[in-house]
Amino acid sequence: MSATEVHHVAKTFVDHLPILQVVIPLMSAPLIVMIGSRKLAWLIAFAASAASFIIACLLLSQVIDGSVISYHIGGWAPPLGIEYRIDALSALVLMLISGIGTIVLPYAYTSVKAEIPQRLHTLFYALYMLCLTGLLGMVATGDAFNVFVFLEISSLSTYVLVSLGASKDTRALTAAYDYLIMGTIGATFFVIGLGMLYMATGTLNMADLADRIAEQGANRTVQAAFTFIVVGMSLKAAMYPLHHWLPNAYTYAPSAVTTFLAATATKAAIYVLLRFMFSVFNPGFHFEDWTLYLIFIPFALLAMFAASFVAVFQTNLKRMLAFSSIAQIGYMLLGIAMLNATGLSASIVHLVNHGITKAALFMGAGALILYSGSAFFDNLNGLGRKMPLTGATMVAGGLSLIGVPGTAGFISKWVLVQAAFENGWWIIAIAIMLSSLLAVIYVWRMFEVLYLTAPDEGCTATDPPLPMLIPMLILAVSCIWFGFDTELTLGSARVAADGLLAGSAGMMAH
Amino acid sequence: MDTSTALYLTMLIPTLAMAGNMVWKNQENLRDGITFICAVLTFACVLVILCNVGNDTTGPYELFDVVSGLSISFHVEPLGLMFAIIGSGLWIITHIYGVGYMRGNNEQHHARFFACFSIAIAAVMGIAFASNMFTLFVFYEILTLSTYPLVAHKGTPEAVKGARTYLSILIGTSIALLLTGVIWTFTIAGTLDFTKGGILEGKIAPTLLPVLLGLYAFGIGKAALMPFHRWLPAAMVAPTPVSALLHAVAVVKAGVFSMLKVGIYIFGIDFLASTGASEWLMWLAAYTIIAASVVAMTKDNLKARLAYSTVSQLSYITLGMALATSMGALGGGMHIAMHAMGKITLFMCAGSIYVAYHKTEISQMQGLGRIMPITFGAFLIGALSIIGLPPLGGSWPKFLLMVGAVDAGHQIIIGVLMVSSLLNIAYLLPIVGRGFFRPATDGKLPKTFAEAPLLVWMPPAITAAGCIILFFYAGSIQDFLAPIVENSP
Repeated sequence: MSATEVHHVAKTFVDHLPILQVVIPLMSAPLIVMIGSRKLAWLIAFAASAASFIIACLLLSQVIDGSVISYHIGGWAPPLGIEYRIDALSALVLMLISGIGTIVLPYAYTSVKAEIPQRLHTLFYALYMLCLTGLLGMVATGDAFNVFVFLEISSLSTYVLVSLGASKDTRALTAAYDYLIMGTIGATFFVIGLGMLYMATGTLNMADLADRIAEQGANRTVQAAFTFIVVGMSLKAAMYPLHHWLPNAYTYAPSAVTTFLAATATKAAIYVLLRFMFSVFNPGFHFEDWTLYLIFIPFALLAMFAASFVAVFQTNLKRMLAFSSIAQIGYMLLGIAMLNATGLSASIVHLVNHGITKAALFMGAGALILYSGSAFFDNLNGLGRKMPLTGATMVAGGLSLIGVPGTAGFISKWVLVQAAFENGWWIIAIAIMLSSLLAVIYVWRMFEVLYLTAPDEGCTATDPPLPMLIPMLILAVSCIWFGFDTELTLGSARVAADGLLAGSAGMMAH
Repeated sequence: MDTSTALYLTMLIPTLAMAGNMVWKNQENLRDGITFICAVLTFACVLVILCNVGNDTTGPYELFDVVSGLSISFHVEPLGLMFAIIGSGLWIITHIYGVGYMRGNNEQHHARFFACFSIAIAAVMGIAFASNMFTLFVFYEILTLSTYPLVAHKGTPEAVKGARTYLSILIGTSIALLLTGVIWTFTIAGTLDFTKGGILEGKIAPTLLPVLLGLYAFGIGKAALMPFHRWLPAAMVAPTPVSALLHAVAVVKAGVFSMLKVGIYIFGIDFLASTGASEWLMWLAAYTIIAASVVAMTKDNLKARLAYSTVSQLSYITLGMALATSMGALGGGMHIAMHAMGKITLFMCAGSIYVAYHKTEISQMQGLGRIMPITFGAFLIGALSIIGLPPLGGSWPKFLLMVGAVDAGHQIIIGVLMVSSLLNIAYLLPIVGRGFFRPATDGKLPKTFAEAPLLVWMPPAITAAGCIILFFYAGSIQDFLAPIVENSP
């Protein structure tokens, strides 16, 4: 790919989709701050994120056949110019992030009013859009340094978003501070890794990096770079035991923020991990020569068991769900470590399914908190009966979290166990099943509190207003829907996994 | 009506019954009437299928594909059709009984109760007609989840605890063991369709076969094979109609039915016989038969005693599959019908006693037979059928199982079945004896004939008559089931 290939042809709207995906939410943020009206702020945010969701759907429809879109910003050809690169994997993750980003907004409209002081509302929407921009950018870009830039955009806005929970519980401040420190360490590791790669190869374009790394093979600089990048991203993805920031951040952030983060932030980090491990470095580089899976599998298993075990003993609903997220990230890492097409598709499909499931659960939790005032189980007694639709959402999400057949979570688990059998890893297959039994325990604790305990005397709780209820129900139905119709989720995940396994060759396919 | 429409209707109508219960939750006559009509219609649909198909196999009818190679699809074959007839037929009787029981006993939350009950029936129909293991598994889990609220129905700490045991064992075994087995099968065989002669032959090392069978045998927790049987006694905290239909017929029979399906259509009777992979299961089933009967003798609570009796009787069916002979499988299949009729009678009698005089312990039931002769008469007939005495239906499957044991060369199993019959006599007949011949110890009891309400005493009388009628139709049942073991030794 040389500079002479630059084409100066008139581009249509469709050709610009990759950049519009990121630019629309990015521009909406300053617009919201400048206009300064709360109602308009919400409207702009919603319009921008809905637009980016539609763009993501269009992009996915273009690349679902396994092709790759390469977009050169400003017409500058890579490797000198910045390239945006969309394949099935990135389009699927873009769709998840923008979809969740859109569906959380109507919910946020009501929940933000209840949880955040009025003067901060416009600020909230601006930050929310910046965070969305960052996450979308991390996924859309084909330039390694650009990933870092967007990572920082999303992280910095997230720290502030978490701290907005302080008006209800001042512990949100320490949670945000914790996250700031840990997140910065992660980002620093990542950028150190990038620096080393640049030192070794002289380029930052991912496709170009892949070529040059393949040429020069493994030398110490490249190896060190790989290590820094993997550790940095594992921290952002809350891979056990680098998960310390996550439970507090999820527990004390405002409900809408928790919902958005739980469904997207760690997922984007997993995406970057996949992109670097498979597309920039060849799979052979770290798995065959380094046997990286020997490190990944124990950590994944630890996450699945230790985090689930901790979740069983939580007294706070949001905290319990947070620990469950850490456990579920273990499943995704396990799928990566299996290094076969089925395992990778399991990781990718779980990334989507779990995103939807957790969003439904956190939204439901937010609705419960709206009435109970706190997420402690003691305050949620019998609320499932008083708030039937919220309760139904928690049931649908909970069943999907366990992986009961007929829910999205079941599909992920099925594919993951199938991958384990394909590798002949019997023990891992059994471990996956056993760890989902722990999920049964903590999910059932939640059900018993919601349904089998008597509500407090004079409890007047009812289902939340429609703007909160509709997004919740859409997600609850999705938890069931994607348990039967797997064309979109598993179908795209399979195409994405094949693209990843082709390694850097997958990057070159045009 | 063509077969596929009738087949989908058997699942759709109970679902509508559930919806009806949710919508008209406060109009109890309308609600219970709708459920009754739905029950009759469901039974009619099953009969239409019976008329259309007889004991042939048709299908599969694919509803939709979930993942390539995995679909929700249904077929009709003799074993499943028989199970569907039993389930839907007894639903009508149990519904009548349930209405009488719930009203006579002043239980709460009727609408929720009948709604969950209807969903459970829909799940049973799905299990009966599933044409692949995936579909069966999906409906198996729906059955577990829909019966959980029924077990926890009373909401007392005791009920919650029982329901927790119920759920943790059934979900635990099905996810940890059964699902593992199913995915393993799918990975090596590439399909999960129920195929005559099995799908595993030549695909798995003989040493691993018993392990896979173990995943299925223990994974199907509803079959209550020891040591995973504790959920069944725990489920007895539920109101009696639940114990009668679900925990004597629908749920437990769904377990052993799945066991037979797996043995016949996944492993293949011939394949099991030639590899001997099921021999350990045969011994475990024999152990469960004896051990559960012994435990039953120690229980004073009537429903607990009946629950352990069910554990023991279910293993007859598992035993029939594990013998890996055609007679054994037929005997197991027939026992599904015969035991269902006998055990539902016993449970409904237990409920009748509870509604009329609130007695739960056997030691308190002295003299009750003289004032409730119909209930105790029905109990006697049901008990004799469970024991296996002619002229009652329960005698035939025992006979077939014994023939199957001889065919398999395990004469010692005949001894096990004999001992089990003796133990059945020892724990079932004294209840009737106390009722009729011992003088009443409770002075408050009336001196004359005073039965439970009509809707409560009549259903067990009907099923008791059914036990007698089935004795004369055993031959037709055997002919009906014969195709499932065609071409087997």
